[in-house]
Parts: sequence; structure tokens; C-alpha cells
Amino acid sequence: MSEAKVKDKAAGGSAVPQEIAALTGNEAVAMAMKQINPDVVAAYPITPATEIVQIFSNYVADGVVDTEYVAVESEHSAMSACIGASAVGARVMTGTSSQGLALMWEMLYIAAGLRLPIVLADVNRALSAPINIHCDHSDTMGARDSGWIQIFSEDAQEAYDNTIQAIRIAEHPDILLPAMVTMDGFIISHGMEVVKVLPDEAVRAFVGTYNPKVKLLDVDTPRTYGALDFTDFYFEHRRQLAEPIAKAKEVIQEIGREYGKISGRTYGLYEGYRLDDAEYVIVLLGSTAGTAKTVVDDLRESGVKAGLLKIRVFRPFPYDEMAALLEGRKAVGVMDRSDGLAGLGGPLFGELRSALYESKNRPPMKDYVYGLGGRDCGPALIRQVFDELLAIGKTGQVKERFSYLGVRE
Amino acid sequence: MGRLIEIRWHGRGGQGAKTAALLFGDACLGAGMYIQAFPEYGPERMGAPVASYNRISDEPITIHSAVENPSVVVILDPTLIGSVDVTKGLRGDGVVLVNTGEPAEKMREKLKLNGQKLYVLDASAIAMETIGRNIPNTPMLGALVGATEIVDFNHMIEDTEKKLQKKFRNKPEVIQGNLDAIRKAYEVVKAQKG
Repeated sequence: MSEAKVKDKAAGGSAVPQEIAALTGNEAVAMAMKQINPDVVAAYPITPATEIVQIFSNYVADGVVDTEYVAVESEHSAMSACIGASAVGARVMTGTSSQGLALMWEMLYIAAGLRLPIVLADVNRALSAPINIHCDHSDTMGARDSGWIQIFSEDAQEAYDNTIQAIRIAEHPDILLPAMVTMDGFIISHGMEVVKVLPDEAVRAFVGTYNPKVKLLDVDTPRTYGALDFTDFYFEHRRQLAEPIAKAKEVIQEIGREYGKISGRTYGLYEGYRLDDAEYVIVLLGSTAGTAKTVVDDLRESGVKAGLLKIRVFRPFPYDEMAALLEGRKAVGVMDRSDGLAGLGGPLFGELRSALYESKNRPPMKDYVYGLGGRDCGPALIRQVFDELLAIGKTGQVKERFSYLGVRE
Repeated sequence: MGRLIEIRWHGRGGQGAKTAALLFGDACLGAGMYIQAFPEYGPERMGAPVASYNRISDEPITIHSAVENPSVVVILDPTLIGSVDVTKGLRGDGVVLVNTGEPAEKMREKLKLNGQKLYVLDASAIAMETIGRNIPNTPMLGALVGATEIVDFNHMIEDTEKKLQKKFRNKPEVIQGNLDAIRKAYEVVKAQKG
């Protein structure tokens, strides 16, 4: 853990004074977990997320937190333990990546179906085969229909901020859904950068205490969780999951504004960068957004109206907001860091095309699947996308609806 | 400073290329700069060629891709030259620092430099003398500051001392050895600057 800290000069207004620290993404998330001080953490280590629970287990051993740390023999068991602990009314967190998240898969659906507000830090990593430990978004995308809220982070600061907010979002009485906060494997998880850290007491005051109205450990009102539910009621119960998902967009923004008041960093469903008057827009998730910002700046200097739309909340997907932001643009390039293997590009592309279906002024749109297994995506590749968008904008014609960016064919 | 400075460290697993980048990043942060420090992503193996990176700027750094055109290359192990393209992408106005006992002229030839600045020092000998082990990362850290003056030397050494105190709580002799190594290497490079 880095020691270099200076007083924060930038956080003005009503924001509380913050320390500026040099932290990796994993250290930043472990720090957020320490400040949240959850009741239970159950986890199994996996690269590149190992450090999160390794650092956190040190906090437990040193008595810095009051958490009951459950060391388990697999990620399936980790999520099972989280579910049990959350059902009895504990505040529960865990961390994983890639194959680990995949092994949790059946339990992820159970966590959501039981309305348990577990918060999970996922460090985005490719899925096998072939074996690869580096970043792409395939792992999170595999869980996109599980009923979990999904929040992507561009950098270590956002991973820290999102982790703190996720507690409030998940536990909100109108939501009560599990939430996963993601960051890009190695690029963010192992990269040290500048992170503004809130004081412990500010985080504890922000997250408050978790007092669920309904819990399993209530001997006066015995309940059954996860009972058999056949053709008679299963459908009704699953239908109910749509309510908190629909409500989540509003709650996420409300909590993002409240967080802005204490931190000076306000969060919404997405971030637009030089987007207002942009004619050519790239839409993407995660750390590549930061690199794309530098390309947008360069293009703006040469007179090209380039812009970036970074999606923060992938579940629930902000369909209406995306449609309003993207219609009328000269060309839109979608960058997917996972391949849907659906026959037409990645999952982000599918969502955005769906979002724009009713729009009267649909922009020409192309998908670029990039960065699989940690393949680097530097300014040159992003520039290549903008160059193609400029060509598409001239004719309004998209020759190829999706292609692979930065791959050897 | 204004512009973004990118640094690439070359070493072998175990020589401390990653730690050097972290220490340097931390020292620059303490001096009020924006920083990134990251290893070449992946599992590390003792003795295998590794690289690590720094980005330093007065402004927030948002770029998150690999460093392709470093301003500074620091080579902890001269045996990498020839098997790893250590000067790949080095800027025309760049700086190279090499841990070697060989004279600068010979090294310049080996590296096929195109007018970039070169500093050579026997950081391994300095490490043996001060720390008692061939760990060239901290002396090369001192050399980097001497050559580039990106961060104030006294600030850097104070910051590094704090970090080392934390890391080697039970081995105070290691701390002093490293600090001596940093200072000595700094002075060797300052003398080369003339």
C-alpha cells in the first residue's frame, strides 16, 4: 500500500478533504472495502483479482475491520457463502475474475432471485480457452442477464468510488439486488495511479448500516428462502425482478449525485466526453475510455468533431438515454471488448442497436471487437476507428457492420 | 514540465524493475505530479526479461494503453541488450541509462543510438558495495533523477526512505544501503552531465 499522500487541493466546494494516494486498482478496491467494513467477505483468489482479497484478509488479520472472513475452496463456494450470509441480514462483499465469476454462474442467479444485495468486485479478464489472464469483458458479459447490476470503471479512482456507491445502490430498499463493480484486469488492477481517498468516517457515514426489513435470521417471523416454485408462481416471482431493475437507473443517479456532494465526483449512468456537438462518436466501456479521450482531444485540435460516450452502467442498460444521445450523429463506432459470438458483433453493439430502433434519425453504426485477451488498444487503433467513422459519415453507408480491430487475420 | 513523460524500465525478474517504477511514481506524486506506474502485465518469472513503465505529467493522465514511445529508457541488466529491443520506440530527444561497467562509447555503439543522450554507470557494483547484493534498481532510480531531474532529488530520497522503512521494518541496514546506493549513483550521473 502506498504511503505517499498529500493534502487534496482539488476537492473544493462542499466535498470533504481527501488524501491523494498512489494506488493500484486492486489496492483502491481493497481500501474501499476496508472503509465499508462489511460483515462478511467470502472469497477465493484468482489472478488478477487476488490482491483485493489478499489485502483485505490482511485488514481482517490486523483487526482493522470487523469482518468475518470466510476462506473457501472455490468461487462457487464463495458465492454460496455470500448468499447464506446475505440472507441472514449481513452486509456481504467478495471479489473475483474470469473463470472465478464463471464458476459462480449458477449462484449469481440465486443471489439476484433471492434479492440479496451482495457487492462483488470483478476484475475483467478473458475466459478460456485458450488460457489467458489478461483483460477483456467476456467474464462480466457472461453474467449480464443474471439480474445483477453491473457498473464499469475507467480507472482506479472510479473502481474505488463505484465500490462505495454499489453498497448503497444494492441495499436501497427499492432495489435489493446484487451489484458487481468491474475494472480492467492488469491495466487498472495492477497499474498504480493517483486516487483520491475519502476519510474512513465519510465512507462509513455514506454507506450507513444495513438493516434489512426482511431476513432469514428472524425467529419471530420464520421464512423460507429459495423454495420450490413451479408453474404456479415462478413466473410471478421472476416478473418481480423487473421492478427493481427498472427503478435502479433512477436510484443509481440519485446515489451518484449524493456521492458527488461528499467527494466532488458526481456519477451518472454514462459519461460524455466532448459529446455535445460531436458528429463522430465512439461508445465503449472501461479503461479504453481514458485512451480514447486523448484521441478525441487530438482530433478536436485538428477540427474534427469527435466525441466519446463511456457507459458506466451496463445493467440496467440505459436504452433511452443512449438513443437520445446518439441519434442524429454522423457516425457511431461501438467498441466491444468481448465477442458476442452471436453472428453480429459484441453485446454492447446489440444493446445500442436495440436502443436506437425507434429513433427517427438513426446514425450509421459499426461495431469493433477489440482487445480480447489483453491485446493492447492504443491511440492508433482508436484513431483508425475515427478515420473509418469519418468515411462512413461522408456516404452514410456502412459497408461492414462489424469487424475485429487490432487482430492479425 | 507540461508534457507527458513516459519511462520504460528493462530488467530481469527479481532485479526490481517494477519496484523502481513504483518508487519513482510515488516520489513524483509526493512532489505534486500526476503519475502512473505499471509492470508489463503478466506473471513474473525470476531471471526472465521484464519491463515496467512510468507516466509522469502536470496534468491528469487518462491514457491506459502501453507505452510505445518512451522519453527515457532505464536498463537494469546490460545482458538484455541484443535479445530485447531495449531502444524500441525511443524518442529522438530521449535519454538512455544503462547499468554497465563498459565505457559509454562502446555502449552507444551497441545500442545504435541516434543522438539520444546516454548515461552509463556500474549500478551493480554500487549495489554490491552499499547493499551487499546485486540489486541495481535503487541506484538506477538515483541515476534517473540525476539524468532527468524530473523530481527534486532530496524529495525523492526522503520519499523513498519512508517507503523502504515500511518495507524493511526489521532490516534497517538494508534501508541505509539503498539510500547510499541512490545517492552514489545520482552523483555519478550528475558528474557525467558536467
